[in-house]
Amino acid sequence: MQNNQKKRISQAIAFTLFKLMSYAVVAILILILGFIISKGIGVISWEFISTQPEEGMTQGGIYPAIVGTFYLILGSSLFSFPIGIMSGIYMNEYAANNRVATFIRIMTNNLSGVPSVVFGLFGMALFVNTMNFGDSILAGSLTLGLLSLPLVIRTTEESLKAIDNTFREASLALGATKLQTIQKVILPMAFPNIITGLILSIGRVSGETAPILFTVAAYFLPQLPTSIFDQVMALPYHLYVISTSGTDIEASRGMAYGTAFVLIAIILMVNILASVLRSYFSKKVKMN
Amino acid sequence: MKRFFEKIVEGLLLISGSITSLTILLIIIFLFKEASGLFKTPVVEEGYVLAFNKENPVKHLNSYQIKQIFDSEITNWNEVGGNDMPIEVVRLSDLTNYYTEEELGAEFEHIPAKASELTAKTPGIVLFLPKQYVAEKFDGTLLDHETIRPGDFFGGKEWYPTSTPSAQFGLLPLILGTFWVSLGAILLALPFGLAVAVYLAEIATMRVRNVLKPLIELLAGIPSVVYGFFGLVIIVPFLQEFFGLAVGETALAGSIILGIMALPTIITVAEDAMRTVPRSMKEASLALGATHWQTVYKVIIPYAKSGIMSAAVLGIGRAIGETMAVLMVTGNAAVIPHTLLEPVRTIPATIAAELGEAPVGSGHYQALFALGAILFLITMIISISVEFISKKKYAK
Repeated sequence: MQNNQKKRISQAIAFTLFKLMSYAVVAILILILGFIISKGIGVISWEFISTQPEEGMTQGGIYPAIVGTFYLILGSSLFSFPIGIMSGIYMNEYAANNRVATFIRIMTNNLSGVPSVVFGLFGMALFVNTMNFGDSILAGSLTLGLLSLPLVIRTTEESLKAIDNTFREASLALGATKLQTIQKVILPMAFPNIITGLILSIGRVSGETAPILFTVAAYFLPQLPTSIFDQVMALPYHLYVISTSGTDIEASRGMAYGTAFVLIAIILMVNILASVLRSYFSKKVKMN
Repeated sequence: MKRFFEKIVEGLLLISGSITSLTILLIIIFLFKEASGLFKTPVVEEGYVLAFNKENPVKHLNSYQIKQIFDSEITNWNEVGGNDMPIEVVRLSDLTNYYTEEELGAEFEHIPAKASELTAKTPGIVLFLPKQYVAEKFDGTLLDHETIRPGDFFGGKEWYPTSTPSAQFGLLPLILGTFWVSLGAILLALPFGLAVAVYLAEIATMRVRNVLKPLIELLAGIPSVVYGFFGLVIIVPFLQEFFGLAVGETALAGSIILGIMALPTIITVAEDAMRTVPRSMKEASLALGATHWQTVYKVIIPYAKSGIMSAAVLGIGRAIGETMAVLMVTGNAAVIPHTLLEPVRTIPATIAAELGEAPVGSGHYQALFALGAILFLITMIISISVEFISKKKYAK
């Protein structure tokens, strides 16, 4: 009886401890978000997001950085979405378990483990220097595209894997070819999950700094790019610059809080959008 | 016709599928090609030579010895394997101590001859001279074919990429910095990560889990530069105050930030592993009278051991490769750290901080690629060992 009580007490202690530690982790998240949001929200104004930085980046806005980040998201998506989705389709539909697929899967996993700064080095060596794109939107987008490729591939593969094989068999039994099956049956069904994954990968791309340091990002560039061979400012790099090496770090703190706020806002919107889409689509599927 | 079209599409899909493998291959080629150039770089600064007296038995110096000689830390030739004889360091600007300006010529046209003469008559000399002033028939030993050796890089204790006459590319301070910061991070993150994983997998109700899970994912989504900024304005001043330090930018600040950043990886992987424990095993344990907690630590954790290991290894991988946050909070002093309360510099932070200043193709540039190659190898080893750990589980 005593033994039993001891067991129950040790369970209570352990589980309470785990619970407290879990809430501590959540508290850290709330602390970080709360800090950035409370300090940053006062800085945000229409002027802040629609004008150029001024007075050594201590005044004005961050418009060029927002535009730059937007272009980089667009450019990297144009590269990574089609290729990533196609690889995902190949791996799940065509090469489900053979050696080629296993090899590609291992390589994709390895690529997702490569640190972002190595992507930066590689992008600089290949796109900027060897292919002579220079520091440009093109070089930065390709580097970021390669970085997000494993994420897109994995999302696609997992979305396709979730679809029951009976759908494929039914379609093939009706005389459809493999390609028709993928195009008319599998892809439409997997679409919601794929889209959710793609949106999350946009979140990842918008916050990356190390890969764009040497491939595209400009320290200060008050005009907007006119071609894909131009440099741009970008939000994460701008935050890094004004919080560590601006002309007057103390005076630019406000700008830094504002920039961090915008970055966090993008990430929050992306995450919320993804989970809204996820629950919307899952309801729709259930109703069908 | 239709079949032909299908074949083409399949081919296109295969090509897309091979892009990741191709990228890995290209990363290896580019990183290692540039990195290997480091060992073809002269020890002495580009465009300069070192000259000794002909009688001097010393014919080779490595880059660290050169630095010590020019910093007057080595003052006798017997310390570098020569005769017992004081070293006399002469730079181009020092020539005026030996010759008058007339002797050197109005346009310095006599410098080559005088440099050669001085080297011939001074037994203990080491002369640091621009290549253009080396006479055709130089009377002395020229140290101009010496290149940086792997030992200088892998065993080097100092990282001064811009020091003259010989830049120091020593890996040790950087790799130790990376090691200390990552070790601290994983020691902080692992207990919390595992606790959250157990809580989510075993204790929390479905409703709590549905709230916590997206929050943890959000933690993974915050950009590293925002973590760095948070560390810079909150954690760094706090540590400075708390420990009474001269600077708050320390290895510990990096460890704390990296620990937070490694949490989502550890939690997700470990929780997934605990969820794969078969229901029957759990129920058997409970039926035998074990409490839920006993079941967790005697059945679930041992069963999920390999998954938990993967979680730890992936967490370390995340910490080792992280760049911006570490760059912003660790102070970036490239010295070998002795405690966690000193500024350190990690490998990724070094690359990010210095690549912009290193001229393309220079020794410095190549040294940074060598760092990238090492980082790449470390993460490859991590990926492969995770693969191996999870394979082993299925083999059982």
